[in-house]
Amino acid sequence: MNRGIFLNIVRFVLLVLVQILVFNRLNFFGYINPMVYIMFLYWYPIKQNRALFIGVCFLLGLSIDLFSDTMAMHTAATTTIAYFRSTVMRFVFGINYEFQSFKLSNTTRVQQFTFLALLILVHHMVFFSLEIFSFSNVMLIVKKVLSFGAASLILCLLFISLFSSNKA
Amino acid sequence: MQQIIKFIIRYKIFLLYILLMIIAFAFTVRSHSYHQSRFFNSSHWISGNIYGTFQGIDTYFDLDDENERLLRENQILRSKLYNQAPIPNITIDTADLKYSIISGQVIKNSYAGSRNYITINRGKRDSIKQDMGVITDLGILGIVENTSRKFATVQSILNTKSNINAKLKNTNHFGSLIWDTENYNTVQLIDIPRLVPLNIGDTIVTGAMSSIFPENIPIGTIKKYDLDTSKSFYRIDVGLFNDMTNIKNVYIINNLDRKEIQELEERTENE
Repeated sequence: MNRGIFLNIVRFVLLVLVQILVFNRLNFFGYINPMVYIMFLYWYPIKQNRALFIGVCFLLGLSIDLFSDTMAMHTAATTTIAYFRSTVMRFVFGINYEFQSFKLSNTTRVQQFTFLALLILVHHMVFFSLEIFSFSNVMLIVKKVLSFGAASLILCLLFISLFSSNKA
Repeated sequence: MQQIIKFIIRYKIFLLYILLMIIAFAFTVRSHSYHQSRFFNSSHWISGNIYGTFQGIDTYFDLDDENERLLRENQILRSKLYNQAPIPNITIDTADLKYSIISGQVIKNSYAGSRNYITINRGKRDSIKQDMGVITDLGILGIVENTSRKFATVQSILNTKSNINAKLKNTNHFGSLIWDTENYNTVQLIDIPRLVPLNIGDTIVTGAMSSIFPENIPIGTIKKYDLDTSKSFYRIDVGLFNDMTNIKNVYIINNLDRKEIQELEERTENE
């Protein structure tokens, strides 16, 4: 249990640092900065106090915002996916994610992929709607969600496969 | 009463979510309408110090390039100085100065979003205040928005909220400089009347209408121009002199007359 808390704190700090110092300066094709800190929500233990989880994610978004001058847009997006994570999990993994024996590593690749992709999609939709903040620019929002989403997804998948290899 | 408590217990997660979202929205929406949020900005001491530390490491990798750039700038300034007709007995009276200049370094730069901010390593203790202009050796960069003790955030010209007075060089036709978020090399100059003769390649400089920048600081050159929807004003694409992706050393300009100008303007409006 203690190890779990410690692991999550380390993960929190490292992901924030990696996000602000590396990925916020990446500028693929001039403007794409993948958001890899979403992996925190992917890795966070499932059977945890939900209120605490939402609170932690609020703090995560807040710390990213503090560094990237984006008002509270990361905060809003991250809190939203934290709230909807259990809904997404029920959708992706079916009812059996509520069982005690459920583990993310036991699920199929397709399920893991869908789970991550849905988290990123919802996050980016909230984020760019807030950033652009006008309904007349729906096409711009869609364009940004798709391009940023693809970049975030690819990088998150790479990271996840990198750090899960020792378990296999 | 019991019903209410039951309701709260039942939906406590949802209520927590709504509460946190309201907080986030409040911060976001408030700064949409006015200045950048006081709290969420990278001049904050935590973020400033972390950026400052890593920028310290970063600086070593392009010392050569930066030296070269400074040397080139010195060369230009020196050639200007030596080619000027000598004025006998120059005495600079500090009471007569109009602008004071503070140098600084960028510790965080962004240009990918639609509201970009730059963080510099000068703050209140270096007497940086809100609404001072920031330039580089090549051209303008932005306006100081928030300050902390050691750091300040600068609203970049690549920001949808940015609106700077600019004009065609050697004329007095002025307009507003805005950004349409499309390209980080190009900003837009609007409100230039259609009877003004324009040419591709003409230089755009800052105008005299603002009390933030001195007049005639270079901005960029005309890349393309069109009439806007009203058909009476031009909408000009301006290619920037600055490479906004590669900025290290900056100068912060303090207009010493600004307070007086502002007070006067305020009084005039009130009457």
